[in-house]
Amino acid sequence: MLTYFFRRLLLSIPTLLFIALVIFLLLDLAPGDPTAQLPLTIPPEVREQIRQSLGLGEPLPIRFWKWLVQFFWIEPQVLIDSIFNTHFSAGDSRVLSWQTRSPVMDIVIQRMPQTLWVVGTAYLVAIVIALPIGIYSAYRQYSIFDNVGTFVSMVGFSVPPFFSGVLVIVIFAVNLGWLPSIYDTTHKVYDWETFMVQLRQMIMPVMVLALQITAQLSRFMRASMLDNLNQDYVRTARAKGLNERVVVLVHVLRNSMIPVVTVIALGVPQIFGGAIITEQVFKVNGIGQLLITAIQANDIPMVQTLTFIFAVLIVLFNLIADVLYGLLDPRIRYD
Amino acid sequence: MTEPNSPEDQTPATTPAAAVLAAPVPTAPPRSQWADVWSQFTHHKGAMAGAVVFILILAGVFLGPLLWQIDPSYIDIRARNQGPSLAHPFGTDQLGRDMMARMMAGGQVSVAVGVTAMLLALFLGSLVGVLAGYFRRIDGPLMRLTDLFLALPLLPLLLVMVMLFRDMLSKNFGPETGIFILMVVAIGITSWMPTARIVRGDVLALKEREFVLAARSIGTTPFKMILRHILPNVVSPIVVSATLGIANAIITESALSFLGLGFPPDFPTWGRLLFDAVDYMQQNPERVMLPGIAISLSVLSVNYLGDGLRDALDPRIRGR
Amino acid sequence: MKVRTLLLGAAASLAFAPAAFAERGEDGQLNIIYWQAPSTLNPFLSGGTKEVESSSMIIEPLIRFNEKGEMVPMLIDEIPTVENGGVAEDLKSITYKLSEGVKWSDGSDFTASDAVFTWKYCTHPDSGCAQVSYFDGVEAVEAPDPMTVVVKFKEPKPFPYTAFVGSESPIIQEAQFKDCLGASAPECTDANFGPIGTGPFVVDEFKPNDVITLSANENYRDASKPAFASITFKGGGDAASAARSVLETGEFDYAWNLQLAPEVLDKMAAAGKGEVVVAFATSVERLHLNQTNPDSALGPDKRSVFMNGENKHPFLTDPMVGKALSMAIDRQLLVDIGYGRAGKVTCNVLPGPEAYASTANDDCMTQDIEGAKKLLDDAGWVPGGDGIRTKDGMRLSVLYQTSTNAVRQDAQALIKQWWSELGVETELRNIDASVFFGGDPSSPDTFQKFYADIEMYTNNFSGVDPEAYMANWRCSDIPTPKSQWQGANIQRFCDPAYDELVTEMSRTAELDKRADLAKQMNDMIMQSYSIIPLVYRGGQSAHANSLGGVLMNDWDSELWNIADWYRIK
Repeated sequence: MLTYFFRRLLLSIPTLLFIALVIFLLLDLAPGDPTAQLPLTIPPEVREQIRQSLGLGEPLPIRFWKWLVQFFWIEPQVLIDSIFNTHFSAGDSRVLSWQTRSPVMDIVIQRMPQTLWVVGTAYLVAIVIALPIGIYSAYRQYSIFDNVGTFVSMVGFSVPPFFSGVLVIVIFAVNLGWLPSIYDTTHKVYDWETFMVQLRQMIMPVMVLALQITAQLSRFMRASMLDNLNQDYVRTARAKGLNERVVVLVHVLRNSMIPVVTVIALGVPQIFGGAIITEQVFKVNGIGQLLITAIQANDIPMVQTLTFIFAVLIVLFNLIADVLYGLLDPRIRYD
Repeated sequence: MTEPNSPEDQTPATTPAAAVLAAPVPTAPPRSQWADVWSQFTHHKGAMAGAVVFILILAGVFLGPLLWQIDPSYIDIRARNQGPSLAHPFGTDQLGRDMMARMMAGGQVSVAVGVTAMLLALFLGSLVGVLAGYFRRIDGPLMRLTDLFLALPLLPLLLVMVMLFRDMLSKNFGPETGIFILMVVAIGITSWMPTARIVRGDVLALKEREFVLAARSIGTTPFKMILRHILPNVVSPIVVSATLGIANAIITESALSFLGLGFPPDFPTWGRLLFDAVDYMQQNPERVMLPGIAISLSVLSVNYLGDGLRDALDPRIRGR
Repeated sequence: MKVRTLLLGAAASLAFAPAAFAERGEDGQLNIIYWQAPSTLNPFLSGGTKEVESSSMIIEPLIRFNEKGEMVPMLIDEIPTVENGGVAEDLKSITYKLSEGVKWSDGSDFTASDAVFTWKYCTHPDSGCAQVSYFDGVEAVEAPDPMTVVVKFKEPKPFPYTAFVGSESPIIQEAQFKDCLGASAPECTDANFGPIGTGPFVVDEFKPNDVITLSANENYRDASKPAFASITFKGGGDAASAARSVLETGEFDYAWNLQLAPEVLDKMAAAGKGEVVVAFATSVERLHLNQTNPDSALGPDKRSVFMNGENKHPFLTDPMVGKALSMAIDRQLLVDIGYGRAGKVTCNVLPGPEAYASTANDDCMTQDIEGAKKLLDDAGWVPGGDGIRTKDGMRLSVLYQTSTNAVRQDAQALIKQWWSELGVETELRNIDASVFFGGDPSSPDTFQKFYADIEMYTNNFSGVDPEAYMANWRCSDIPTPKSQWQGANIQRFCDPAYDELVTEMSRTAELDKRADLAKQMNDMIMQSYSIIPLVYRGGQSAHANSLGGVLMNDWDSELWNIADWYRIK
């Protein structure tokens, strides 16, 4: 398994380089222009000058090479410099955003905390809620609990966050006045009271996001449990006189985890990728909002860097999922 | 084990030959496997309820306009922002267009796009998932392809597709069919990846099971193996993907149309009606409720249909 | 202090009196929400409205426009004119005398060399400065002494108030930006994110595309201002939620650019927590009628290409058709449904300032579908079997495109219906704004390429002088494949007589004559029916009832007088 892991890790380098190239070509091909959001009062000649100053005049391979060098060579140096107070990167040009004209990685680091807080918490909440619901719904298939669970999760999944987000704002912020409708990214937690403020502003975005994730996870959990509950080994385990709790929560659960692990592994990169619509609705201004504003502004260096980081996470977590399959079901072998 | 479909299952092999001869000759003709599945399916309460609701929705949106003949894009400016009344059972929108007619017209598009895009995504996802899980040699390339698609930024990808293909498609199929094909393909090829990963995970575990080994030892070809032994056992994650996929496709369609990548702006769809009505949530709550309920009902009915299908395909609980 | 008296003289009313006696910072915290977040505080690097307006709290020009479009001196005592000798007789230079005692927020003196530096900074060939057109025709900016700025022009400049006038042309500090010239401009992130200014506030922290925290400038020239000690300037979200946070939940004090359906906004305002304010300047929502043939069967070298008038549109070059299309539109209804208070009916592409607005075309204000039908009948367009008018085998069928925006899509639906009553078939298309307004020559959907018959959007000009705006419709400004589709004459209007008027205006100094010329040009375009104006659009914002001193302004930054804002107690 270990050799498999390292072989895959090594293989992912060319994969990622290829993905980077495809993303770059795609962004270059996509229609759009970094000056599109400027007022029409700015004349065309000035727009052309702006484009030239952004480096758009250079041919495609050179722009891609520059990005590769900046991302893989200069940015790590900057990271080392900031940790060890060295000066490797002095004078080198970093990956600069076209919108802000500042280093992309600085903004990414600035946005990380709120995205991790909100989307990460939503994921944890969703997993904690979804797994028990899925397990119990399967165990008591077509019971009232199962039917209510199905109903709520399907409705929860089919109302998009642009609707459910505004709905909870209207109810809890406008009519009841309990919670703030706008997330304060400058808020700092240092004592109990500020923690409560943070909690209050996180409740709505976390709930809206968690609803979607819960719906998805609990459905896969339930389906997979149902497949396993009627297997012969379950009958054998029961016949051996094993405690029902052990049968369900150890034997059946372990065998049912493969699809759930897959879904969670697909979702974890999104904790870092942020949630575009939910972040917009609640003004969380995390990575998701950064990505969508960058796409709208045709800020190619920003989009390229963000999607590439995202790609790294996807490849990594899918690899982790593959390793986990082997641990959950030792019969699965890759070599 | 789980290979559900071999007819031998139905006569226990352990019965002594004498007992068989002594037993009364069966008078009813042997039931085929699919008849069994069908009868199980029709006796599934959830599945029947789901089917009834789904057929009602289909009838409402496709046959409804024959009875309710108001043009969904006709603007009656004096009747704007009205609540439900006899003349407009679902009320009117901010331009005085009849919401009932718009819900019907929108449903046609949403259901058609939702179901076709979902089927396309399911097909692609299951195909890639099964092939990758079953054949070790193509597992690597196929999963790297999946990683690539997962990593591509959706919006620029769609913009490129629209730019490259919209004119060509509308020239060859007419503007509306052209856009329909474009939307279905766009949604389909950007949402098959989770299904592929999930199906592959299950197949990886399945192909190590004893019954697969047994089938292989009697010389079952890979094609037959996948069709008869693997696929029926990964039905449940596929069914879940289907129900989630249909909701996803309806919402994605509205997002695309909103960005100007989809249908013309005066073309109602459920997702779009929902999106447009969000601003009016406090004045005219029924305007958000209607498309919201319609989408949820469709998704729920497909979900129960899927549950029924899953149960019917599972021989162990057949007849329960 | 002289500046303050002048300021008050120009803009104040009794409402200001409490603020005038106030102490700096006594009103505490102010919360502003802009639903589009600024990405930098250097308006030279990004010319978006959000960047210009947010930086206008920090850096200032020499002259601003007040809410009536009048010039107000900011860092000078008196506006230079020919009469007071500030503008040279030959109109080739303008001399600004700086006020005494103006300091940058770091305590150093504000001098004329900062203005000279600003000019060098923005006109550096590698800088990609977004506001460089404010220095068009400027030969040099000089500082004969630390208190005098002289702007010299290459040609006589009848309207010399461009450089350092208005919030788009502010002055930055030489000491802070001196290493940031040209290509190294983007490397000065600290300076771009925290410019030192002469304005009422200084930046404490700037998070790009998210939030700015500011505090009162200790060195501001008026010791009693600003009344607020600190500002949180939040960005992101959408117009509806910004409006909600001011009008319904009261979390914020000021929300910018609330383009929402009137009934939605009215409902929110009914909660009684805040007030909606509007101001008008020069924005007009209009239809452009393609004068060239956009047929998709034509190759990329011909489709929507002017070709010296050889490639005419089959019917939109006929003013009678344009006139009929215009007459069929009920502009008042468009205003009522889409704009409410923030819109007025207009029949001109140049609706303001008032002296420049023509009244010759006001017939369009009332809808006349019957008249329009008759017009088409007389012109030989007769309804065919399907109700669509035809003439010589041509069908009156148009593709009508615009950017994605709820108000625009409603307007499209309404206009489509009116035109269908007329016997005109309309296909609608909406395009994502970042593609539509982007100049990407490879995309078929940009507004410059105009691969449609009719398109709708808003345009305006900044400042109060329409010379450059009216020059948009010269023959030479038509976008073509050769110019990479750059050019402001979007509808491809071309008339040599019009070009002559443009040249004449650039040589005319007297304001009355300039106004006459502008009106004449406006009427020429209107009567060609290549542009159909629809709605005169204003800016629309909302402020909490407890926020005083807001003077909504569409000529300059909305935050132009934020130094005078105060808390009503």
